[in-house]
Amino acid sequence: MDCVNFTPADYKSDQPVRWCPGCGDHAILNVLHKAMAEVGVPPHMTAVISGIGCSSRLPYYMNTYGFHTIHGRAAAIATGFKVANPEMSVWQISGDGDGLAIGGNHFIHAVRRNVDINILLLNNKIYGLTKGQYSPTSDRGFVSKSSPYGTTEDPFIPAELVFGARGNFFGRSIDVELATSQEVLVAAARHHGTSVVEILQNCVIFNNGIHNYITDREYRAERTIHLRHGEKMLFGKNMEKGLVRDGFLLKAVEVGKDGYTLDDVLVHDAHTRSNFLHQQLAMMDGHELPLAVGVIRDVDSLVYNEEIDMQISQIREKKGFSSLRDMILGGEHWEVKE
Amino acid sequence: MLEKADVKTIEKVVVRFSGDSGDGMQLAGTIFTNVSAGVGNQVSTFPDYPAEVRAPQGSLSGVSGFQVHIGVGVHTPGDKADVLIAMNPAALKQNVKHLKKGGTVIVDIDSFKESDLKKAQFVTDDPYKELDLNAQVLEVPITSMTKAALAESGLDNKSVLKCRNIFALGLVCWLFNRPIEAVIHHIKNKFARKPAVFEANSKVLQAGFDYGANTHASVSTYRIESEDVRPGYYTDINGNTAIAWGLILASEKSGRPLFLGSYPITPATDILHELAKRRDLGVKAIQMEDEIAGVCSAIGASFAGNLGVTSTSGPGLALKSEGIGLAVMAELPLVVIDVQRGGPSTGLPTKTEQTDLMQALYGRNGESPVVVVAPASPTDCFDMAFEASRLAIEHMTPVILLSDAFIGNGSSAWRVPDEGDYPQICPPYVPENLREAWKPYMRDESTMARYWAIPGTEGLAHRLGGLEKDYSTSALSIDPVNHEHMVMARREKVAKIADDIPELEVMCDADADTLLIGWGGTYGHLFTAAEELNKMGRKVAFAHFRYINPLPKNTFDVLSRYKKVICAELNTGMMADYLQSRFGGMQVLRINKIQGQPFLVQEIVDGVINIMDEK
Repeated sequence: MDCVNFTPADYKSDQPVRWCPGCGDHAILNVLHKAMAEVGVPPHMTAVISGIGCSSRLPYYMNTYGFHTIHGRAAAIATGFKVANPEMSVWQISGDGDGLAIGGNHFIHAVRRNVDINILLLNNKIYGLTKGQYSPTSDRGFVSKSSPYGTTEDPFIPAELVFGARGNFFGRSIDVELATSQEVLVAAARHHGTSVVEILQNCVIFNNGIHNYITDREYRAERTIHLRHGEKMLFGKNMEKGLVRDGFLLKAVEVGKDGYTLDDVLVHDAHTRSNFLHQQLAMMDGHELPLAVGVIRDVDSLVYNEEIDMQISQIREKKGFSSLRDMILGGEHWEVKE
Repeated sequence: MLEKADVKTIEKVVVRFSGDSGDGMQLAGTIFTNVSAGVGNQVSTFPDYPAEVRAPQGSLSGVSGFQVHIGVGVHTPGDKADVLIAMNPAALKQNVKHLKKGGTVIVDIDSFKESDLKKAQFVTDDPYKELDLNAQVLEVPITSMTKAALAESGLDNKSVLKCRNIFALGLVCWLFNRPIEAVIHHIKNKFARKPAVFEANSKVLQAGFDYGANTHASVSTYRIESEDVRPGYYTDINGNTAIAWGLILASEKSGRPLFLGSYPITPATDILHELAKRRDLGVKAIQMEDEIAGVCSAIGASFAGNLGVTSTSGPGLALKSEGIGLAVMAELPLVVIDVQRGGPSTGLPTKTEQTDLMQALYGRNGESPVVVVAPASPTDCFDMAFEASRLAIEHMTPVILLSDAFIGNGSSAWRVPDEGDYPQICPPYVPENLREAWKPYMRDESTMARYWAIPGTEGLAHRLGGLEKDYSTSALSIDPVNHEHMVMARREKVAKIADDIPELEVMCDADADTLLIGWGGTYGHLFTAAEELNKMGRKVAFAHFRYINPLPKNTFDVLSRYKKVICAELNTGMMADYLQSRFGGMQVLRINKIQGQPFLVQEIVDGVINIMDEK
């Protein structure tokens, strides 16, 4: 694919953006424009496909090929699109309701197949467009219009679903962390196969502050850790804390205390095939252990659409049929003469 | 060649092979059909297989049948069989109702022991009497003869028993004077990779043929009439394969790659099977995680510039409704194939019905017109799959193709089309001179179809979606008047397709007072019934619908010419209701059957006479 220089404005459509003022989606949209410009795939070689929900409005704000489809089905539509037109760079935009409730089945199967699409999952733990019902990522006991006495069910943790579906790329960011979001989106775009990027996003109207425990400036350095491949897993205001092994589990320690040195702190390996440690890292939630942002897993594997294309070219070469008629006459038939 | 005692010449004959679902009756029937087609007979087949994959051996629920009609003037698999092959008592019991009075039954007498009779729930030791059988019975020791023929083959007992169907085939080939070399050719293809099995089967085939010639020299054999057929290459094709191939030709003729997103469902799965094999022609057929993903992946592929297709049966069509609505709104080409089966719900999965007509026409939210077409026969499945694709692409609309289990599984001889037999399909690409001013919902005024901008094209990036758009700017719009304008535009687009399809043709006696009509897979039975009625002196005209929405332009003119219009269909009267709703005041009389089985010609003949004789 030709990669020339594009600016974020090249990816921006002329449509007025209609999300609520203060919605986390504004920041994510801007970062997506920037990430696309950084990767440099031309707008006309890019397709953005979404389902239904606030976040799914996003394709209208892109100057790319775009398709705002039906609730939950974007992953299936994106899969068909990519298989049919593999030259295109395909992005799927989903929310926690669209992607994990009504679209849960398509989500896990897209990840399992490892079709080369980038799934952007904007997680605000609420249904915004239908005005405030709990979602599959809402915490147990969450009070909403459809759970006035609190939910009686446990939430999905998106990363856990991705690993359960044997996903090969998982990254995470927070709507207010623009640089991290851009870094993760660029890595997702460059990853071969399905990449899932979860962005914790604030719904200013129906779930304001749901991620505050993690995102408040006061605690953010203590409650999040930015993982980078090949770097020590350090966090804290002065990077004074680190993650170390504790039996089968992880533990946060202070470097220089209790006998822990920098050498004890783990180095992040996003490319290792085993997802054992990736899963533990992705499950950290900011309480006992910091929430992980950045690229948590990025492993190359066989890509669904490429394997289809490969089969087609091999079998075509082997059989050498030039047309339907040629194929039929290569099989059982008889001739009726004049 | 063997001597032939007495050869009768007949116009056509119906043969029914039946046995346990593991006995290979479908294979024996298929080979017999192909060999008959190869000698120039018209053929029409009807496989009748059980819903269970493997019911208990010898049980009534495990009986599998294959009926074939061969000869001249063959349009259906035949109402009843002249010759029935029954490999066990259960097969005889289940199929005796499909046998003509005075027909011939060939049974494997080795399989008629006391325990076999018990499994088939006979209460006496005389099954013929118990069934009140009115037929000439040939008791042939098929199992022991097969074993004897293969005594020195070195095959194990299980493999030997698997050849019994071919012994029976040999016997039938003797009875109908089929060239045994042609049968051997087919067996060789079938077992190309298993030479020992091929050897055994060809030996058994000869043994069956010789057995007939040697021991039943007094029984008449038949020479079946052949018809002059158009020169060319022929092959045997069933409706599902014909659909797959019609789609491939449409892809070749339109230049758009073919994509199928599907999910296994009886009786449509063979379309997925065939197109999955056709990676050798560049077809991308993928099995998705569910029916919804099937249609959605096809819509994604259409948006991406492919001919997007999904294949299913009634329950799957229900699941795809919302997706089809999206394709209506996004105005993308999409072909949805529904091989109808008995419903509602899981219903009769392996049996035929025409009960999805209303679902196809109306089963979506909002004003969402789609094109509905229905093939008339197994070979017409090829033409109508091509037509469905042509209309979808040239008019930028979803098209639902209503096939059914009967024609999907039934087969006929089909002439392989020559280059030039079918027209080019012209996708409505954005014209060069409009590129500057182009908007995604800009329409070609002559068809009302919007233009198709293929992703990857520079300068044509655009956004589509399920939300209503403005008629002129293509931006999102909730303007009330604009919505009505867009609803009417989508409706007009589909209505205008009437200009692009053939008119309704009247067959048989066009000057009669009574018009028999039907649609889709019942064509063969209806046409045969109409011909028989005219032969009996009952004047009947006949017209058959393959295009249902929009209807052919002359539909009202044709229907209003007749005093009585009788619609025969395999439901409670959906087409009749549809026509009455379209043409207020018109009365459409009805012949209906909802038994999971095709019509019998006789049923239609009787039904028409009853209605004609009513005051």
